[in-house]
This record gives sequence, structure tokens and C-alpha cells, in this order.
Amino acid sequence: MAAAEHASDHAPSGSEYIVHHLGNLKYGEGFWTFNLDSIFFSVLLGLIFVVSFWLAARKATTGVPGKFQNFVETVVEFVDSQVRDTFHGTSRIIAPLALTIFCWILLMNFMDAVPVDLFPLIGQKVGLEHLKVVPTTDLQITLGMSITVFLIVMFYSFKIKGFRGFTWELLTHPFGKWMMPFNLLLNLIEHLARPVSLGLRLYGNLYAGEMIFLLLAVLGGSFAISSLAGIGGAFGQLFLGVIWAGFHILVIPLQAFIFMVLTIVYLSQAHETHH
Amino acid sequence: MDITVTLIVQMLVFMIFVWIVMKFIWPIILGAMNEREQKIAAGLAAAEQGQKDLSEAKSRAEDVIKEARTRALAIESQARSQANQILEDARKAASLEGEKALASAKSQIELESNRARDALRGQVVSLAVAGAKRVLEKEIDAKTHGELLDQIAAKL
Repeated sequence: MAAAEHASDHAPSGSEYIVHHLGNLKYGEGFWTFNLDSIFFSVLLGLIFVVSFWLAARKATTGVPGKFQNFVETVVEFVDSQVRDTFHGTSRIIAPLALTIFCWILLMNFMDAVPVDLFPLIGQKVGLEHLKVVPTTDLQITLGMSITVFLIVMFYSFKIKGFRGFTWELLTHPFGKWMMPFNLLLNLIEHLARPVSLGLRLYGNLYAGEMIFLLLAVLGGSFAISSLAGIGGAFGQLFLGVIWAGFHILVIPLQAFIFMVLTIVYLSQAHETHH
Repeated sequence: MDITVTLIVQMLVFMIFVWIVMKFIWPIILGAMNEREQKIAAGLAAAEQGQKDLSEAKSRAEDVIKEARTRALAIESQARSQANQILEDARKAASLEGEKALASAKSQIELESNRARDALRGQVVSLAVAGAKRVLEKEIDAKTHGELLDQIAAKL
């Protein structure tokens, strides 16, 4: 929203501006590349979630709950009901996993609501070349989470169904044992596509959202503010930005919710044996 | 798109957070919620029990009051009949006493009248004797004719 200030440096072109804003603050080369900004904000937001909930848990009372405990319990109950709707068994990990995913991704997505130039500008002042504040617009972050979910699903699939049971399921489901190679291929594709689609869906939605905000910022800042076009552009950014922010505020919790629900579904499938 | 160490870091952080939530947050909050649920359920049950007890006590109190009222009525009627009995007895006793007094008075009167009659009779005899004495003078000896005179007096 504050693209005009950015133009004061050396007036980058629109595409330069966008590419700059979508770049990560990196450290290292090749595999050993740390996206410092993504890691920093991801860990920070995760800590905010974990610490606040831990404080609520530590002070949890069975009597009349306070305001914050009430809020935390509302979230916990929401997640718990989602888990119970999908999964009818006992598992110590599904619900806490779902809670972590929902709250953490929600917080990371909400960084999208921060004006696109606010943190990069502050970063520039203290000497950071790039600063991408929405960790979920970083594919490394979203894939990191979806692959973790995938590994947990695999772990529980093998643990609950046994090595033989799960392998047998991969070979014989869904078309019976006479279609073994085909079944195996189908199942492998299905299982491997899950983390990719899970991570890409979140990344794509948030990346696109951020991209639109950036395009609107370019619209608002690409003309001199004194000209008629500049005024029109600024109003255009304001008007379209409000609409897009209103729409995006729905996308933010929705994507966190989808990630959580799909995780629950995958994990509950890992707990269920097919007959 | 290469997989970099950022992804690995995110995975590790994710697992640590999930572990913390699983260990220190979820069970505690859910436990507190469940415990509160049970507490509330117990409280509601106790309230219901209390209400039931109250209505039971009320009906029992009503029974007691009803019984007391009937007993009071019984006592009252008993007392009334007793009073009537006493009154009746007193009246009977009084009338008996009166009759007795009347009878004794009557007998007294009779006694008195008898005595008076006896006295009168004696006086009549002596009068008669005196009269006869006057008439007969010495012819009649009181001693010899005393027996006769007594017979006459008894016939009077």
C-alpha cells in the first residue's frame, strides 16, 4: 500500500518492485540456503501460538474460565469437533497436530494482511535487502509442513497397519489383488501427490494473494502523485485493495482450515483399515 | 525449485511445536474442559436432586400439616364431647343432689310433723286426761286406768 515511498530510491520498474518483494532474505548457497525471513517469522509466529496456548494451559482452571482461556478453549473445541467429525478412533497426535497446523498457518497467513511495504521498508532501513513477511508464501515453508504431515501419515500407516498390512493395502486397494501393479501405481501416485498438493495449495493461494497486493501497490505508485493518473492510481489501489483485502480475509482462515482438515483426513485414513 | 535447508528447518520446527502441543497444551486444556463439563453435569444433577428433595419435603410437610389438622379436629371434638359429658354429669349430680336434699327435707318435714303430731297427741291425751280428771275427779285413778288411757292415746 505504500509503494510510493519505495519509488523514491531509484524508481524501480513495476516488475523489479514485485520481484524484489517476492524475494527472500537468503543466507547460503544451493541446498544450504536459509530463507532467514521465512524462518524468522515462521518460528516467531509459532512461538506466539505455542507460548500463549501454553500459558493458557498452565493457568487452565476447571472453574469459571477467564477471557483468554475461554478463547483458547473455543479454538481447542473447534479443532476437537473437526477431528471428531472425521476421525472415530483414539489418537494422541491427530488433534494436537490439527491444532498446531490451524493456529500456526492462520497466524502466518495473517501476515498477509500487513501492508506489503511496511516490513520491507523497515528492513531496508536496518540494512536488510529483502524481507518477506508471509512465511506461507514461501514454498519451502509450506512444503516443509506438508512433507512433515506426509511423514507422520506414513509413520502411522506402518505403525497401525503393520508393514505387511500397509503394503498389502497398497497392492490390493482399490481394485483387488489381480490388479496389483496398477493398484500400487495408483496408490503411490495418490500418496505422493498429497504432500505436493497440500503444500502447493497453501503456497499458491497466499502467493497469489500477496502478488495481487503488490500489483495494486504498483498501480498506486507507478505514476507521479501530482498527475491525474497518479491520483487515479492511488484511488484505484485504495479501492481495489479494500476489495481484495476483504476477499483475502476469507482466504486466510480458509486455507488454514483446509490444510488442517486434509491433515485430519489423511491421518484418519492411516488409522482405518480397508476391508 | 530446489529443496533447501529452509524446508528441513521448517519440518524440525513443526515437529517440535507439534510435540509441545501434544505434550503440554492439548491434554491439559482438554482435560480442564472435560473436568469442567463433569463438574457442571454434577452440579446440574445436584440441583435437580435438591429440587426433588425440596418437593418431597414440601409434600411431607403438607402431609404432616394435614395430619395435625385432623388430629386437632379430633381433639377438639373429643374435648367438646368431654365437656358435654362433664356438663351432663354435673347436671345429673346437681339434680341428684337436689333430689336428695328434697328427700331429706321431706323426711325432715315428716319427722318434724310426726314429732309435732306425737307432741300434739301427748298434749291431747294429757288434755283428755285432765278433762276426764275434772269430770271424774277421784273416780279414776291414774294408775289403774293409765293403761287404758295409753291405748286411747295410741289410737289418736
